[in-house]
Amino acid sequence: MILLKKRSLHLIIGLTLVLIIAGAVVVSYLWLPFAPDDTSGGRLAPPGGDHLLGTDKLGRDLFTQLLIGGRIALGTGLGAVAVGGVLGVTFGLLAGFATRWLDDAAAVTLDILIAFPTLLLAMLIVAGTGASLGTAILAIGLAMAAVVARLTRVLVKQVLSRDYITAARIAGVSWPRIVLSHVLPNIAPVVLVNLALQAGLAVLAEASLSYLGLGTPPPNASWGRMLYEAQATVLTSPVAALAPGIALVALVVGVNLTADGLRDLTDPTRRRTR
Amino acid sequence: MTLLAVEGLTLRNTAGTTLVDDVSFTVSPGDRTGLIGESGSGKSLTALAVMGLLPPAITATGTVLLDGADMIRAPRGRGDVATVVFQEPLTALDPLMTVGRQIGGPLRRWQGLRGDAAKAAVREALSEVRLTDTDRIARSYPHQLSGGQRQRVAIAMALVCHPRLLIADEPTTALDVTVQAEILELLDRLVTERGTALLFITHDLPVAARVIHGTHVMRHGRIVESGPVAGLLSDPEHEYTRTLVEAARRFDAALENTRRE
Repeated sequence: MILLKKRSLHLIIGLTLVLIIAGAVVVSYLWLPFAPDDTSGGRLAPPGGDHLLGTDKLGRDLFTQLLIGGRIALGTGLGAVAVGGVLGVTFGLLAGFATRWLDDAAAVTLDILIAFPTLLLAMLIVAGTGASLGTAILAIGLAMAAVVARLTRVLVKQVLSRDYITAARIAGVSWPRIVLSHVLPNIAPVVLVNLALQAGLAVLAEASLSYLGLGTPPPNASWGRMLYEAQATVLTSPVAALAPGIALVALVVGVNLTADGLRDLTDPTRRRTR
Repeated sequence: MTLLAVEGLTLRNTAGTTLVDDVSFTVSPGDRTGLIGESGSGKSLTALAVMGLLPPAITATGTVLLDGADMIRAPRGRGDVATVVFQEPLTALDPLMTVGRQIGGPLRRWQGLRGDAAKAAVREALSEVRLTDTDRIARSYPHQLSGGQRQRVAIAMALVCHPRLLIADEPTTALDVTVQAEILELLDRLVTERGTALLFITHDLPVAARVIHGTHVMRHGRIVESGPVAGLLSDPEHEYTRTLVEAARRFDAALENTRRE
């Protein structure tokens, strides 16, 4: 049965994880168990009763915090992919068409940008503009753009060397049309799968930045900051650390498995005849 | 009037190495000309120069007049006059586009055909290259066809708008021997029927001898010998041509021996 093929299984498990989290985030906009700043539950209440996962050290409901953290995690993933995807593919495409010294310059520039640590970039941006979700997304997106651009550049060069591009040029097809009808479709499967993988990395990067205090500022709960705040009380109330940790792992694994499954779906040699 | 006139064509790369050196030849309408030479002899680069498709890293001097248009100083797509059949049919076709759409591309571009008229023309082009079940093939992606079928599709695509010159760049090298013979026969028949001029590029003298009349032998970027194929085979003048003929002979002799055993 097709559904039981290994790769399809990846896609199904991955999509299930992502959709559960995305569903919970959508629900969070309509309904929350408690107001985010409601501290009526008392500090460090254990799981159960009114508070499904208990409360944190300020008495806020953990499940509510977790849902709000989910908004930020998904938002970062999508936002960073949007920034990184648009910038990366655009520059990669231009670099793919560059020749001679311009080509060498593009390759070296991208390598330098990729070697530049995301954290350092984030700190620089935060130093300039102050910590916020926007700066975190911008920093992660810019770092991602370099990786995507390098990949796109190589893929574009590969496609451009194919004879069907030469055939299209002989046929007098203009460059913009060649890019739209031949280059982009042929690089799209690999780029999209890579973007999905990058989305998972972006979620992790945002958690790291928030853990370090460079991401979402309080009182907004990011999973990374929840982990940081739970650090001091991890022995007395482990749920406060476990819950965001598990949520983070579930989302990243889900995104990665989805990317894995997508890779096979987009492989043209395995696509069935229409 | 000549269809293609190449005069003193010299190509150099950025390092200053001369890749093609002072090459001159002409192709008249209906001619069948060969460019024969080993890998790296500059024959494929010459073909690219003829089509005005030289990579930017290569500088060209001399003249290439294709149907009166200067392809060195003002290169542009002349797919209505000349087209190319490539060596590797798998990379000559876009893997993500159906065969029908790819053949339809030049039709739309040069003849303004769309919709049903274009579809009918695609089907006709496919049956011209002796492909049956044209509807299914038009709907197929390249990877769903065999190597021979793909090369037929590539030929259909190259000939669909009735160019006056067809450049065949090692069109049979990537195919197995039985399919090679079929493709050569097909090319031979199609260019005869339509009076298309053929510029046949190959490293294989016996293959060339089956479809062309006159030929130029290239080595290290220069034309070392020119003349009718029959003459070259029986009485090669240049040393390099002799080694080509010798190699072909030895191969034939070896074949004879194995048959006798």
